[in-house]
Amino acid sequence: MRGGPHSGGVVMSGKIFHAAAGMGRKVRAQALVASDGFSARYDLDRIRGVFSRPEHKLAGETYQGRVLVLDAAKGGVATAWMLHEMKSRGVMPAALVLNRANPIMVQGAALADFTMISGFDCDITKAIPNGAEVEVDPTGERPFIRVV
Amino acid sequence: MKLSDEELAMRRGEFGPLRQWAIEHQIRVGSYLGAADFVPVSQAHIMADTESLGRAGVEWLENWVVLPERERRVRIPTITDPRGTDFAQAHRLKQQPWMLELERRAIAAFEALGVLMTDTCINYQTIMPPVHGEHVAYGDTGVVIYCNSVCGARSNFEGGPSALSAGMTGRTPRYGFHLDAQRQGTFLVELSWMPHELNDWGALGGMIGCLAGDYSQVPAVIGIEQVPGPDELKHFGAALASFGSVALFHIAGVTPEAMRLDDVVAAGRDLPTYPIGEADIRAFQRRYAENVGAVDLVVFSAPQLSLIEMQKLAGLLDARQLNIPLLAVTSPQVKPDCDRLGFTARIEAAGGTVLSGMCFYQSYAREMAEANGWRRLATNSAKLVNIIGGYGYRPVLLSMEQCVEAACAGGHIPAGSS
Repeated sequence: MRGGPHSGGVVMSGKIFHAAAGMGRKVRAQALVASDGFSARYDLDRIRGVFSRPEHKLAGETYQGRVLVLDAAKGGVATAWMLHEMKSRGVMPAALVLNRANPIMVQGAALADFTMISGFDCDITKAIPNGAEVEVDPTGERPFIRVV
Repeated sequence: MKLSDEELAMRRGEFGPLRQWAIEHQIRVGSYLGAADFVPVSQAHIMADTESLGRAGVEWLENWVVLPERERRVRIPTITDPRGTDFAQAHRLKQQPWMLELERRAIAAFEALGVLMTDTCINYQTIMPPVHGEHVAYGDTGVVIYCNSVCGARSNFEGGPSALSAGMTGRTPRYGFHLDAQRQGTFLVELSWMPHELNDWGALGGMIGCLAGDYSQVPAVIGIEQVPGPDELKHFGAALASFGSVALFHIAGVTPEAMRLDDVVAAGRDLPTYPIGEADIRAFQRRYAENVGAVDLVVFSAPQLSLIEMQKLAGLLDARQLNIPLLAVTSPQVKPDCDRLGFTARIEAAGGTVLSGMCFYQSYAREMAEANGWRRLATNSAKLVNIIGGYGYRPVLLSMEQCVEAACAGGHIPAGSS
């Protein structure tokens, strides 16, 4: 495994980080954070529920039930179906939090009714400590993530 | 989003529940991404292999098939990306019966929705290339970036659900690359070396994709000395889209929106500039070959091969004998010409396998690896090396000639390759 989950920074409990856009439901779970991209096809072993791409900074990490806090949407179009497929088997993250989304992630989240927020005025992968308990709320006018 | 009377009627369900779902899906997506309204589209292209769909996705499609024909059929020409198998060759890949059954069910559902099963990711080479300024809703990132950049069409990445929605409504949310403002260059690449082989073009695309970093970026390349051909731009674009999530590039003096660099870079705008030369491209290729002395199979796929690529491969395999599996994947439109012109027979005489209508990484690649004992893979596709690692393979990026040499040498990679 090269690199590793981001673990630096100070836990700033309660501090709210607003996103430019969001969809889905409010969730609360443990964050899995890395300064790396995300594609369900490229990066995941969706059967085992782990990051499988050897070069990914979360390689080997289990993502089930975690709030993924990552940099940018990457890869192809398959994630638009795959989030729905992952949800049907109950092996999926709790939410996806990205500095920069692309249309495929939005389309996939819309089909799967999955929680996603994106677009911050800081690098969210630096702001949220790996392993922190977080709340993601896309339901209001200003979607946000905060450390609980 | 501002909605027309017809869009409001779709939303109320007056055109049936499938079009109602489709317009709602598009409104959710468009609202998230800042679309002000919809734009009519003339074609849609759906990525929907069953490894991505899963049983849940196939069942979701089948739920719509029970609707009356007038409520379930697409409104505009709607075609498909590669499937997850070539039924005629599935036994050679050791694909399982359940995979084929799921594929058959998905195909039946799409056909009932009026979708044309073209099963290709090179529709711009084989079906109906879009024209400059045409708004379309394409899936497969390689299709989108080629059609946006080389043809001058206008599409975002439309995943399967959104491309199907566009087929149903005849429109898509107007955001991203449907807008003039999104199509301007955001950084420059100054090329000091002209790529030769397709894997060089792919490596260049991969490098620029890594520089880009996200969907909003539009690289503008300067320093190209000769006009690249369609297969070269195909590999360049597919890798750029794969590594960078990029949907549009410009090449000054080559691509239609950048006949002059000034056309895509506003006067006085100081863009970041990145020099790339041969040493950079070679280093990019070498990083995949580190500590891999031999491979278990060779794959030519992603994108599907054109007739000209198939001709070249047949020529390289004349009077040769392969010692490891070699898979050459093309489209259902190109395959009959390969049969008629003798390319298929020449490739198979050497021991290769020609596959049609599928794509290697979209065809249960992990299960194929386990069933066949495949771990190390050589290809000339930079896109494939970027994807296939996540499926448990160790990929090596070589030229087509080097791949053939490796396959004839029992998988051993020739010294000096890459």
